[in-house]
Amino acid sequence: MSFISYLINGISLGSVYAIIALGYTMVYGIAKMLNFAHGDVIMVGGFTIFFAVSMQGLPPALGILLAIILCTVLGITIEYIAYRPLRQAASSLAVLITAIGVSYLLQNLALLIFGANTKAFTSVVNVPAIKLADGQINISGETIVTIISCIVIMIGLTLFVNKTKAGQAMLAVSEDKGAAQLMGINVNATISLTFAIGSALAAIAGMLLCSAYPSLTPYTGSMPGIKAFVAAVFGGIGSIPGALIGGIVLGIIEILSKAYISSQMADAIVFMVLIIVLLVKPTGILGKKIQEKV
Amino acid sequence: MKKLNLSKNVKDNIITYGIVIVAYLIIQALISAGSLSSLIQGLLVPLCVYVILAVSLNLTVGILGELSLGHAGFMCVGAFTGAFFSRCMEDVITIAPVRFILALIIGAVCAGVIGFLIGMPVLRLRGDYLAIVTLAFGEIIKNVVNVLYIGKDSKGFHFSMKDSISLGLETDGDVIINGAQGITGTPKDSNFTIGVILIIITLFIVLNLIHSRDGRAIMSIRDNLIAAESIGINITRYKLMAFSISAALAGVAGVLYSHNLNSLMATPKNFGYNMSIMILVFVVLGGIGNIRGSMIAAVVLTLLPELLRGLNNYRMLIYAIVLIVMMLFNWSPKLIELRKRFSIKRMIGKSKEV
Amino acid sequence: MKKFKKVTSLLLVAVMTMAMLAGCGGSGEKAGESTSEAVSESSNSATEGNASAAAGETFKIGAIGPATGGAAVYGLAVKNGADLAIKEINAAGGINGYQVEYNFQDDECDNEKSVNAYNTLKDWGMQMLVGTTTSGCCIAVAAESSNDNMFQITPSGSSVDCIKGNDNVYQVCFTDPNQGIAAAQYIGGNAVASKVAVIYDSSDVYSSGIYEKFAAEAANQSFEIVSAEAFTADNKTDFSVQLQKAKDAGAELVFLPIYYTEASLILTQANSMGFTPKFFGCDGLDGILNVENFDASLAEGVMLLTPFAADAQDDATKSFVSAYEAAYGETPNQFAADAYDAVYIVKAAVEKSGATPADSIFDICDKLKTAMADISVDGLTGEAMSWDEDGAVNKAPKAMQIVNGNYSLIQ
Repeated sequence: MSFISYLINGISLGSVYAIIALGYTMVYGIAKMLNFAHGDVIMVGGFTIFFAVSMQGLPPALGILLAIILCTVLGITIEYIAYRPLRQAASSLAVLITAIGVSYLLQNLALLIFGANTKAFTSVVNVPAIKLADGQINISGETIVTIISCIVIMIGLTLFVNKTKAGQAMLAVSEDKGAAQLMGINVNATISLTFAIGSALAAIAGMLLCSAYPSLTPYTGSMPGIKAFVAAVFGGIGSIPGALIGGIVLGIIEILSKAYISSQMADAIVFMVLIIVLLVKPTGILGKKIQEKV
Repeated sequence: MKKLNLSKNVKDNIITYGIVIVAYLIIQALISAGSLSSLIQGLLVPLCVYVILAVSLNLTVGILGELSLGHAGFMCVGAFTGAFFSRCMEDVITIAPVRFILALIIGAVCAGVIGFLIGMPVLRLRGDYLAIVTLAFGEIIKNVVNVLYIGKDSKGFHFSMKDSISLGLETDGDVIINGAQGITGTPKDSNFTIGVILIIITLFIVLNLIHSRDGRAIMSIRDNLIAAESIGINITRYKLMAFSISAALAGVAGVLYSHNLNSLMATPKNFGYNMSIMILVFVVLGGIGNIRGSMIAAVVLTLLPELLRGLNNYRMLIYAIVLIVMMLFNWSPKLIELRKRFSIKRMIGKSKEV
Repeated sequence: MKKFKKVTSLLLVAVMTMAMLAGCGGSGEKAGESTSEAVSESSNSATEGNASAAAGETFKIGAIGPATGGAAVYGLAVKNGADLAIKEINAAGGINGYQVEYNFQDDECDNEKSVNAYNTLKDWGMQMLVGTTTSGCCIAVAAESSNDNMFQITPSGSSVDCIKGNDNVYQVCFTDPNQGIAAAQYIGGNAVASKVAVIYDSSDVYSSGIYEKFAAEAANQSFEIVSAEAFTADNKTDFSVQLQKAKDAGAELVFLPIYYTEASLILTQANSMGFTPKFFGCDGLDGILNVENFDASLAEGVMLLTPFAADAQDDATKSFVSAYEAAYGETPNQFAADAYDAVYIVKAAVEKSGATPADSIFDICDKLKTAMADISVDGLTGEAMSWDEDGAVNKAPKAMQIVNGNYSLIQ
């Protein structure tokens, strides 16, 4: 019985990783950059909802909308100011480092605006928990909503990328920026759109992360951000279904290793499993094999 | 032509060593004149640590062309093995320099061996996947060190991965590595002179490697793996060579770091991925593959937050902004043409005209 | 020519940043100085007629703690607590008639940065150090201050290693072993529970220090530790496993030697699991009721050994809390109270010893060391606090319980 409840806990944790990983993988898949500031955009989303709902008393739906709008604008702005000038830089590492700079910037801005004190986030999810087997097994409302959102977003993104013109443009940009430009695709606008979508997903992830784990500080986003990055790599970075699978698998491994091996060594075990998976399948669970050109 | 190139290299190396030696002499003069603040005096050894780290990571990132996000893990191995040795031998070897040199050797060897062991399976991964795996190893090292308990008593060493009680020490026992509480009471054997000597040794190793036959083989792997393989270069061997040397040098930096502070703990701040990324920032800001540039970047970025202390609460905010601005300035597309047209080595070579 | 441009641009960047920084640093320092001057001026006017204050000699007290990074909440509390005490002292005429200047430096909760902060304060002319906030940093700084013979009193560095071998370092808080043993004895002595689970942070000095002594002392007590589970700094959002194990082991009480930030999550998650044991914590748990927007009903019945409670009804605490809230817009936690006490302890020791700002740092420290053995201070975090040779504080721990969303003393 306890195994089943551990498994469910793992899925709840994993679904939170998955929803963050979706944003990560979206941006990576198209723009081919690791956006280390993604976790901090999540934090900004969380704080926006906290400010709107808990401090100003607005209805949750309005707060979420506000967070989505703010994060979208923030994402586009960051891309425009910090990433775009370096897109043609000789090394892809340059933009990675600016992303780290942006991450520091957002954390310290939040620290100055909201202070270091922990804020308790009131869950905006209003779904009752499912209790099975006399309350032995408990699936929280947040978990249900997170998993449903993950699946909806995953299907939506896949349809968007494959069926719409803008989505096709994204695919073209991710394949070859130069060729895409020659075909009349506005590369800048397409990448801006990618960041807009990625950041809007971050706002939703922020809401779900903070609802599931209701503690909000300026550093809330950074560790789940890194874990989600790991999850995205796990599932094959750039692959949208891979992010979902990677997130859930990571969550389950983390919980089970805490439960059955050692709670002190859980991180080490998770990373060890990641390494083994990558050694066996070097591009992740659902990653495409890259053919190297001579 | 070849002869000319060679002499350029030699001159270029002399400039690099010269900068270090001149900086050392100026600082020594300032210290003896008493005009250096305690803050700067306290920062001298950390500066050496970060310079060594930046130079050593540049070997992996700039010369080998692989992205590693686990450099702090090797530093951690060096720091803990070196400090452990010094704590154990504090009463046996009383001559501090001898003990410190032994600690350095042990730290470097351990970090190098770990680097070798990690490098063997993972170096066949490429790009971002290698980055994430090295990050993972760095985190594993930090995590393991945090649950490591080693004690010493009259019966010898005791070892545990649970807590210090389960060591079962005699009453005269001494817990040397105490899990998250780390190692306390490491003798303060580091000083600026040793730090500078270590920088020069690091430079000597790295610069000589770059300009050697092995170094050219390593760079050919960076520039085109398949072409390098096709002319019979042993990819695995050279990758491992660069990676383990880089790890061993990080271990040296770790030993220097641990002997500068009384208490050594593996926190996310000093040995986590944040530190690995920080070292990568030094390398990228200074110019990937540019040894002198990464030294300057390490010094500037280590001093920056300290010099910003006057700004109080806005300190780290301004630091972040300065970092972004410097990156944009250094890597703006205008410079791409230059970077493409002139190889890094030639650029360094020409800089002596300045 | 182009290469020349490239290299010069690199050099220019370096020079420009350095120049800019030097400029910033300079102006910042000036700003700091001017404010402290303003403070001393305004308080000079308050203590007009006091000859020695007008001489322009002041005591310089420094403080260190994390003001950025994950532990910022503790460092900022220390910063404000000490600041409040010093403002009060200056307004009331200073220490022995000398005004006090105050400077707080950020250490980001990193040992190396903490030593940098200490050196910065030394350059500023610090004579006494209130700090550092966290144990790890405190050990590193204590080694430096011991070399300089700088008087140091740490508000919240609770590890024994902070004071061990350093006769210039004193603590305001209990040591970790002291807390762990006291908690075990309290639980055993009052028969609070017979099956105890522990959840602690194995990557944190404070938490693992208390846990170890608690576990060692538990062997002598009437209760049994049925599960001891850890978490780490990188893995502190999900506690479902730790709680599930405690629940499966039939724990009646969960001991939480951790900080309130994580504890608030544990309480929330335990509640949603339907697990309702007693919770018992140490001083790190204080502040849980002040987590903004926290549902205080979750903390109902939580017991903690803490020297300070923000809603205690004695006059000293009440006036401190209201002054702190007015000045900084938030409720003070135990760190703020410890820092506030630390400043008043320095004041008491200086008054006892008769040290003056004109003395060398070395002499001040020696005088204060002698005085520390004799003084007894009534503060927010304890009555009649006195100090041993080794620097540890003697005071009685208070066991508190949260009842109806308020702390109340358990007799």
